[in-house]
Amino acid sequence: MYRYTEFDQRMVDERVEQYRDQVARYLRGELTDDEFRPLRLRNGLYIQRHAPMLRLAIPYGLLSAHQMRMLAHVARTWDRGYGHFTTRQNIQFNWPRLEDSPDILQALATVQMHAIQTSGNCVRNITTDPMAGVAPDEQVDPRPYSELVRQWSTFHPEFSWLPRKFKIALTGASGVDRAATAMHDIGLYLRRDDTGAVVVDVLAGGGMGRTPVVGTIIRRDLPWQHVLSYCEAILRVYNRTGRRDNLHKARIKILLRSLGAEQFTREVDSEFAHLEGGPATVTEAELARIATGFEAPPYRRLTVDPDHLQGQLASHPGFARWHARNVSAHRVPGYAAVTLSLKRPGTAPGDLDAERMDAVAHLAEHFSFGGLRVTHEQNLVLADVAQQELFDLWSELRALGLATPNVGLLTDIVCCPGGDFCSLANAKSLPIAQAIQERFDEADYVHDLGDLTLNISGCINSCGHHHVGNIGILGVDKQGAEFYQITLGGDVGPEPASTRVGTVIGPSFSAGQVPDAIAAIVDRYVALRTPEERFIDTLLRAGLAPFKSAAYAVPGVAHAESESLEHA
Amino acid sequence: MPEGRIIRLVDDRARIVEDAWTLFEDGAAWSGEPSALIPVATALEQPQRLLAAAPAGVWLSPTDEPAQVVPLFASIELIAVRFPVLGDGRGYSTAALLRNRHGWRGELRAIGDVLRDQLFFMRRVGFDSFVLRADRNIEEAVASLSDFTDSYQGSVEPALPAFRRLDWSSTR
Repeated sequence: MYRYTEFDQRMVDERVEQYRDQVARYLRGELTDDEFRPLRLRNGLYIQRHAPMLRLAIPYGLLSAHQMRMLAHVARTWDRGYGHFTTRQNIQFNWPRLEDSPDILQALATVQMHAIQTSGNCVRNITTDPMAGVAPDEQVDPRPYSELVRQWSTFHPEFSWLPRKFKIALTGASGVDRAATAMHDIGLYLRRDDTGAVVVDVLAGGGMGRTPVVGTIIRRDLPWQHVLSYCEAILRVYNRTGRRDNLHKARIKILLRSLGAEQFTREVDSEFAHLEGGPATVTEAELARIATGFEAPPYRRLTVDPDHLQGQLASHPGFARWHARNVSAHRVPGYAAVTLSLKRPGTAPGDLDAERMDAVAHLAEHFSFGGLRVTHEQNLVLADVAQQELFDLWSELRALGLATPNVGLLTDIVCCPGGDFCSLANAKSLPIAQAIQERFDEADYVHDLGDLTLNISGCINSCGHHHVGNIGILGVDKQGAEFYQITLGGDVGPEPASTRVGTVIGPSFSAGQVPDAIAAIVDRYVALRTPEERFIDTLLRAGLAPFKSAAYAVPGVAHAESESLEHA
Repeated sequence: MPEGRIIRLVDDRARIVEDAWTLFEDGAAWSGEPSALIPVATALEQPQRLLAAAPAGVWLSPTDEPAQVVPLFASIELIAVRFPVLGDGRGYSTAALLRNRHGWRGELRAIGDVLRDQLFFMRRVGFDSFVLRADRNIEEAVASLSDFTDSYQGSVEPALPAFRRLDWSSTR
């Protein structure tokens, strides 16, 4: 991964001192709550229900074993022994004290970590494909470009006080998008043109939240050298003309929609005309310098022995099930990428305790060159595992409870911390996730259902990405009571055109009704599907109606329906 | 009335100095007094009076287009950009455009809700004088102008990104 130079390290160290001083001034009463809020937020510190929450950046989801051990140390020393991996490839700690937060950041700085711009109205942590560099379907490794954008956006003097938060994602895969790129304020699709040169299709105006929008490609075939200048043009148009009078209409997606894509693109292009070829143009030397941080690890020349693996799969059904769901193809012969499911029944999705953090760090060193990745589905990846060691790794993961064979299945639930922790939430989300996990406790049945994404958000801020779940669940507040809206048909496709926002099926459900409604929807899929169809395929073919009628046929649901219609 | 003490960069060093400019709010009657900082719209309406009122200055609100000040460059010595609230970041773009695109080389001043934690960013987009909000300690605030030793990206100060300025091999 990218290793800090003295330059990078000094900046993070200076940030710790700046933040320490800001906290001290706040505690001395020299900053009001309103003045301190944007300062602490852009350093990832929220004031929550029980305690502050500190969100740390994991740039584009890449983590070393060494850094994971530091996260375990933070969890033990300043928190309650665990952390929560988020849908933005970051980690959150739910129980630190404000007074301790500068010390936490100082400790993190020793392992090249920080909380810079993990919240607030600025460019947030950059996200990308967790299989970057190893996926066989990859055209361009997005990591060096992600680091370029990270550096460019860090403490950008012009774009640190935007109308609203701003999220940039990159992908370089073809035929698949593991970063939900189309749902970002800027999405950068890296690919190779006919000559083999790297070009970028630039998307703008995607986002979740109250008004979910799949972004629009506003520029195709941009030579990679211009990627920062083009981002600068977009950010400048947004910073100058995005709405600031209404929090709910301040994202760039609203600007793009109100101007229309054509006019928006014209304004960006006329800004870019001034910037093209200017100082922000990336040099070959700089890209090469950054790319050295992402060189392939020293892979061994492995002989692939399919018979040996087949034997292990045949004699260990548990291993076979795990292999089928949690092991992905690797571009290097003899290697595989392994996803560690953080969706063990009985634990909150994305949570990991300090002991397991240490254990995972050890496994990363032993099996995967010391590297780890965080996925936006809140799982971890060991990206470079020798196939012949998969069985040993599985055995170790099983002992840790990290071998749940459910990646991409219904029980691989993506879920925000919700009303149990988050002060923004309208409703609890974790108990809903747990209730669904319990309702679907038969592994064979869940396995048979196949690919199905289920996402839960505790409020319309959509941290659980419910808009793009095949099944989405949104917590809503109705006169002080918690209810849940179900959406169907959300999907992240390989490009914007195939990425869909789910449709609300009707009035919301009570917490107790949700598992039954989900079960009814899933049963309807089983009844309607053809042998090759995934859930989303059947849904798109058959339409919403049969699923909707199944959900509302659940006993007791009719009451909720008539009640909510009254309030509608 | 004059602003009182402000922060000004002189040869890139921050100084706290007495300031003689008088700010005229929108709608305030300006009858050609010198050392007046007037709304850009007022200045555009009265170009002759502006010439006679030297030294003269104009201020821009977040929605004022910086390009419209260009014809006034020869008649003014100061441009101020107003930050109505801490979180309104439009003025940073206004400043960057005045410096990098329109070539303003005179004094560029941040006014309004200016607090010490914005100063580093303001300096980088080209401001060289700062009217700190009156209830804040100006001596302490000066320190924040140098919160960071250096920066990754280019803007106005410095204009070039680090990768065009530095020899990385010597910073490892």
